[in-house]
Amino acid sequence: MEPVIAVSNLDKTFPVANEDFFALQNIDLQFAPGEFSGIVGPSGSGKTTLLNIMGSLDKATNGKVYFMGDEITSLSAKESAQLRSRKIGFIFQTYNLLPVYTVYENLELPLILLGMSTADKKQAIMESLEWVGLTDKVNSKPAQLSGGQCQRVAIARAMVKKPTVILADEPTANLDSENSHIILKTMKKINDASGSTFIFSTHDDKVIGYLKRKITLVDGGIQQDETF
Amino acid sequence: MIAFLFKGLLRDRSRSLFPILITGSGVAITVLTFAWVSGILNETIETTARFRAGHLKVRTNALNEQQYPNIMELVLTDAGKIKNQLEAEFPHLTWKSRIQFGGLMDVPDKNGETIAQAPVAGLGIDLMSKDRSEIKHLNLGKALAKGNLPQKSGEILLSDDLFEKLGLRLGQSVTYIGSDMNGSMVFYNFKISGTVRFGIKAMDRGAMIASLEDMQDTLDMQDATTEIFGFFKDGFYHAEQASRIRASFNDSQKATGPFAPVMVRLEDQDNMGEMLSYMNAMFSAILIIFIFVISLVLWNAGLMNGIRRYGEIGVRLAIGESKSHLYWSLIIEALILGIVSYILGTAAGLIPSYYLQVHGVDFSAFTQNADFMMSNVMRARITPINFWIGIVPGVIAPFIGAAISGIGIFKRETAELFKELEV
Ligand SMILES: Nc1ncnc2c1ncn2[C@@H]1O[C@H](COP(=O)(O)OP(=O)(O)OP(=O)(O)O)[C@@H](O)[C@H]1O
Ligand SMILES: [Mg+2]
Repeated sequence: MEPVIAVSNLDKTFPVANEDFFALQNIDLQFAPGEFSGIVGPSGSGKTTLLNIMGSLDKATNGKVYFMGDEITSLSAKESAQLRSRKIGFIFQTYNLLPVYTVYENLELPLILLGMSTADKKQAIMESLEWVGLTDKVNSKPAQLSGGQCQRVAIARAMVKKPTVILADEPTANLDSENSHIILKTMKKINDASGSTFIFSTHDDKVIGYLKRKITLVDGGIQQDETF
Repeated sequence: MIAFLFKGLLRDRSRSLFPILITGSGVAITVLTFAWVSGILNETIETTARFRAGHLKVRTNALNEQQYPNIMELVLTDAGKIKNQLEAEFPHLTWKSRIQFGGLMDVPDKNGETIAQAPVAGLGIDLMSKDRSEIKHLNLGKALAKGNLPQKSGEILLSDDLFEKLGLRLGQSVTYIGSDMNGSMVFYNFKISGTVRFGIKAMDRGAMIASLEDMQDTLDMQDATTEIFGFFKDGFYHAEQASRIRASFNDSQKATGPFAPVMVRLEDQDNMGEMLSYMNAMFSAILIIFIFVISLVLWNAGLMNGIRRYGEIGVRLAIGESKSHLYWSLIIEALILGIVSYILGTAAGLIPSYYLQVHGVDFSAFTQNADFMMSNVMRARITPINFWIGIVPGVIAPFIGAAISGIGIFKRETAELFKELEV
């Protein structure tokens, strides 16, 4: 099966005090469709940087990234925006819902960018909210929700456009144990039902327990790649 | 998408209401300042116009070249005909004959012996007709210190200072001694009906104000006058229009020679031209500095607003909006807010400007001893520029602020922008 995302020979450097600091070095990775994988490692090991590059939010310094077989390292800003809009869902540690909009409207924004009709939007949004169990909060503002509920809305927002891949950067870092488990179970359920690929970055043991594959990153290099 | 963004804008007061309040206030202050400063400049010019120069004025070539108003030999004859012509051709101005004259004021005792004498600077104006425009031009109602305005022939107003200095009483007779238009000495008895104080030293030293008709009798100036003053009926000097009127009148004059009439503008007289251009330069300098400062503040507000929103921008980028789409949405947002602020701010600035134009502020306490022609009441003045001056601080400045802060979107790596929302 063709990998959803393939990374080959990837380097990412940042200029630090006139020298190139290697945040990622010589990374080779492939993610098959439907994976539920995590990139784990200590703080500063390069997890966020890797996720951002795979999600076309950032560019690699060397090497290539393929998305469904297409090379994305050389896409223009507009093309990568389109890729993100159609195929990639992001979930963040800090939810990042837009505070002035209702839950419904937060989910609506990605669909507006796709030019969907009102009826289709409504159906997709309600379906998504059902998956995360928040249909009753459809008209609430983020400020009226708990942290766990916010993160569930963020998951619904990431999946509302039925992306090929969902990239989640430490999605449980701001949540207590109970909410973390709710979030993880929700994502697992979505993963099982929809076949969307999930890639996490985390150093949370609770998350690691749910993973089917664990990639350990240390100092910008892959130290271990285990499948359970 | 635009509807979606607009909805967010309306809901988030920190992005709509507050910027509109801040920018609108800046616009209102600019509009008011502009009206106020133009009003003050205008008032200074107006005072000179009303007392001395008119907006336009017709006199003889000879008098014009002499630049000396008191030579009675150089007066304008046929004044009635010329005045009728002016009124017919330029009806949007009020045309008024005035006689400026000099002479001596002689105070006799019961037996006709002189007890005191002083030089006077006289003005013969239209006091007796129903049209009270000259009374308004010289602000005689306010200037009246004692007694009444002349009600009938033979009554005059005298400067209050002179009245006190000569120890006069209201209703007392005094003798004017001068020379008529043929150069003969004239003596004429007047009764003092009241005194005036203008707050203008040049006038308060020794002004004598009589009716035009009385002075024509006294100085043997039947149908003659020293000058015919023209005032725009809206009370404001219009330089370009004045130039056109002057050209039209002077071109239509067939007569030549020292006694032919010639029209001059306000700025053709004394050094009013220099004064006017100096004032305009001052005015422009004040405004440019002022608008620059206000614009800087509002530009900065636009900049801060953009930077504050890097978080939101990061999310929108992650969701798949393109950078250029985002950039334009920020600019359009700034433009919409700017236009609303401009409209509201201009309205808010025009209301007090209009009030100050109609009512003015009385500065008599400060201008008591001013040596130059200056009015006691300062007014704002609303000009067409007032309606669009607010575009600079209201629309252009925030627009540039948004455009520059938005460049950050392009300059930064997407991931970098994006990180700013994590802190
Ligand atoms: N824009 C940047 N400029 C310079 N250095 C950067 C930049 N972004 C990341 N780095 C560096 O790259 C390394 C990897 O950062 P990254 O954010 O990917 O770590 P992480 O594994 O996600 O850490 P954490 O668990 O704390 O989130 C760090 O040493 C970081 O300081
Ligand atoms: Mg990280």
